[in-house]
Formats: sequence, structure tokens, C-alpha cells
Amino acid sequence: MPCMDVIEVLLPGVGLRYEFTTATGARIGVIAHRDGHFEMVRYSMADPDASLPLITLTRAEADTVAEIFGAPRISERFADLTREIPGLASATIEIPHGSPFDGQTLGKTKARTRTGASVVAIVRGEHVIASPTPKDGLLGGDSLVVIGTDEGIRGVRTLVSG
Amino acid sequence: MAEIGIFLAELGLLLLILGALSAIAERLRISPIPLFLLAGLAFGQVGLAQDGQASEFVQATAEIGVLLLLLLLGLEFSTAEFSASMRRHAPSGLVDLALNAPPGFIAGLLLGYGWRVSLALAGITWISSSGIVARLLGELGRMANRETPAVLSVLVLEDVAMAVFLPLVAVLLAGGTMTRAAIGVVVALAVVLMIFFVAGRFGPRLGQVLGPEDSEQVLLRVLGTTLVVAGLTYAVGASAAVGAFLVGLAIPGRTAMRAREVLKPLRDLFAAIFFLSFGLSVETSGVLPALPVAAALAGVTILTKVATGWYAARCDGVGRYGRFRAGTVLIPRGEFSIVIAGLAVMSGASGVGPLATGYVLLLGIAGPVLARTSDSVIGTLSSRRSAPPPA
Repeated sequence: MPCMDVIEVLLPGVGLRYEFTTATGARIGVIAHRDGHFEMVRYSMADPDASLPLITLTRAEADTVAEIFGAPRISERFADLTREIPGLASATIEIPHGSPFDGQTLGKTKARTRTGASVVAIVRGEHVIASPTPKDGLLGGDSLVVIGTDEGIRGVRTLVSG
Repeated sequence: MAEIGIFLAELGLLLLILGALSAIAERLRISPIPLFLLAGLAFGQVGLAQDGQASEFVQATAEIGVLLLLLLLGLEFSTAEFSASMRRHAPSGLVDLALNAPPGFIAGLLLGYGWRVSLALAGITWISSSGIVARLLGELGRMANRETPAVLSVLVLEDVAMAVFLPLVAVLLAGGTMTRAAIGVVVALAVVLMIFFVAGRFGPRLGQVLGPEDSEQVLLRVLGTTLVVAGLTYAVGASAAVGAFLVGLAIPGRTAMRAREVLKPLRDLFAAIFFLSFGLSVETSGVLPALPVAAALAGVTILTKVATGWYAARCDGVGRYGRFRAGTVLIPRGEFSIVIAGLAVMSGASGVGPLATGYVLLLGIAGPVLARTSDSVIGTLSSRRSAPPPA
């Protein structure tokens, strides 16, 4: 995953401004207003300090846009990773209600020691715990994003369903 | 019973007039403050409101208007934002003070006011109107511009400097000695520290009990605290406005956000009446003769504010055009200047009233216009030479 440089600037009394350059060379600014709405601007070529308005989003609109941008990218990222390394697969495994680990911590499953597969995220409804630690809790209905060999993934599935 | 009827009708008419003025200001894209002042002057001229049933109510309301203005100013930013501004822009704040306060002070001395009133005049020319400037930045689509953090930092520093300046001037104008003024400042700071302590200690528990989402609770709690603290600071000889401002500063994050939402309409109503009432208190016949001095002062302090903005934006590595934009947007003076002038007038320096009115009328109207034209000036400049400007 290439990492992008994002500059963060405090706007006292207003909120925060984020700034980055796209691959095509456009300088883009995003203002996160304190009241939750967002403003996107593009910096002018002639005067790099002046901004030209692009779009203004309410909190709900920004959430939706973030979802559109964000959701496919998470799965793509895992797909990319597993494609690059032969023998590595990823899967999403749901923890059934009444599973022995419903209400336990991730560490209690000892999934990695037992199967060799790694849990890289816990998905709870709309909420994602990326790179969870052994102390993170599990609940029935959660989904685990697991990376490992096909065999390891099968192992985790049997483990959590009890 | 007839009196109540007349009172209600008068008050209603007053509000309708203020509403019409604010609509005109919106149409002309200027701040409504100058128009409210003008309305006050006009009413004063006809002697309408003094004899009217509503006049007592207007005065009491104006008092609360000042408190709400300052409370909301204090609520506008957090202590974290203040310390960030301080770290980065402390020199800009000092340049701001060093350039913009002396013109007012010198003018006061030249007019023969004595140093106390001159100090008040220094405050009037020093402080930009954060209300007008913040609105301008939004309207002109400059929030994301690179010079804007510098502009906002200057505003934050000015506003906090007022927490010290206001009690100082209030005591000095009331005829107190420097020692008493120092005590006033210390008391004000002690009050705010106490609030910080209490809020830090019991704030979360209080928040749990009352529920931060309940508008009614936020409204009553914050307003009640403000009035009590304002009354206390008044009783110990500092100005009530200072107390309100300190309460605003002391209220932490989430509560502050809710309080802003809930109190803003109330502030708009009461502050409008405050500006009107200030206009009423000014001798209308004095304004025209004071205009030349006000215009000269305005001319000088337009230049000094542009220099301030130029300097602050340069600290952030902004190019020439951005520095010019930062300078012009800082020109408007407004609510704080009127609050300080109000203190001066109350202390008996009635000549400050017409001068400050003229000054705020000129800069409250000219400031936004100049800030807007700066865009087209830069437009012509940058199209004349097609090369990008050197940073």
C-alpha cells in the first residue's frame, strides 16, 4: 500500500484542514468543520495559497462518500495481498451466537498458535477493529477477517463455531 | 393594562425594524452591526425610545446582550487552540498589538482625553471583529486558504488578550488606580482558574447527570452560570462582561459546542438590541463632527492591520497575494470595539461614543468591502503577469 502524505493544520475556532497532492498533481484540501460538515477545495495553480471550492458535504453525505470510497478498498487490499503470495488466502468468518468465544477475548481463542492463521480485523456491524490485539473482546455476530493457508482458515472456522 | 399593550407593540416594532435592517445588511453583504448603530442614532435623534415604554427593557436587554456576545466569543475556541496559536503566532500577536493599539492611544492623547480613556481608544483600534472576519472568510471561500490559519490565530490571540485588557480598562476607567486594576485582573484570572478546577473536578459527573444532549439543560445551566459569574465579577469591581467571557473560555469541548448551538439565536437577538442601545446612548449631533477624526484613525489602522496580516501570513510561509488577503480581511472592527467604547462612555467620557460609533461605522462597512475587492485586485495583478508569484 503506497502511503500518501497528508498535512494536518489546525484552524482555531473552525476545525481541521487536511492537505494532499494527488498522483495527477492536483493539490487538494479538505476542511473538517467542528460542526461535522466537510468542505473540499482545490488549490489554484497561479496562487498556491488560494483555494477554489470543489464541494461541500454534510456529515451524513460525508459518511456515505467515505463508505463508497472506503468499503471496496478494504476487501481489495486483502485480495491484493493474498494474490501476491501463493498459498495465502483470506476469509471472513462469523462468530455464531453461543460460540465458546462469545464474550471472550481474541487471545483466548489462541487461533494463531492452534491454526497458524492470523486474525487481521474484527468487524462488528459498521465498526471495524483493524489489527486487533489479544485483549480485544469478541461477541456473537462479529466477523473475523482471517489470513492464512486454506487449512488454517478452516481451522479457525471450526474453532469459533465450537 | 394599556401600558403593557404599548410596551409589547413598541418592542415588536423595534424587533421588526432590526429584522429589516439585518435583511438589508444581508442583501448588501455587510455586517449588520453598523446598521444597528445607525438605527440607534436615528431613534436617539427623534427621542423615540427614551420616552417609550420599552426603553427600560431595552437597557436591561442590552446588558445581557454584552454578556452573551462575550460568552459566545469565549466559547468559540478551546484552550488547546489557544495554546497552538500561542506557540506559532505569539510574535504575530505582539506585532498586532504594537501596530494597532498606538494609533488609538495617540489619537486619545491628542484629543486631550487623558491616558485612561486613551487606553480604551487603543483597545478600540487594536481589536478586529472576530465575528465579521470569521463570516467573511466563510463567505469569500477562504477557509482552506493557506493564510487563513494565521488570520484565525491572530483573532484567537486578540480575543484572549481581551480577557486581560477588559478588566484592566474597566477598573482604570472607573477611576481605579493601577493597583486596583491589577487586582481586577488577578480576580478575573482567579475566577477562571476556579471554574477550570470545578469543571475539571465535577464536570464529567455533572455532564452525566444533566445529559449533554439536552438543549434546555445546556441553555439554562450555561446562561445561569454566566449571569451569576458576571454578577460576581461586577460586584468585585471588574466588568460583568469579563466574567461572561471567562465563563465561555472555561467551558470545555462538547458542552461548549452544544452551548454555542443553543445560545447563538439568543445572542443574535440580545446583541442586536445592545448595538441599538449603544447607538441610542450616543449624542447624534456629535457623530458628524467626530467623523473626520474617525476617518483619519480608520485610514491609519487599515494600513496597520494590513501590515499585521502581512506579517502573520509571512510567518506561515504564505506568498505575497495571500499575505495581502490576510491583511485586508483583518480590517473590520466591530463588537469588541463597541463593548470597550461602552465602558468608556459609562465612565463619563461621552466624547468617545461618537468617535467609536463613526470608527466602527466606517470600518464595519469598509472592512468587508476592502476584503472583497482584494480578491479582484489580486485577480488583475496575477493576470497581468501570467507567471506564478514568488512565494
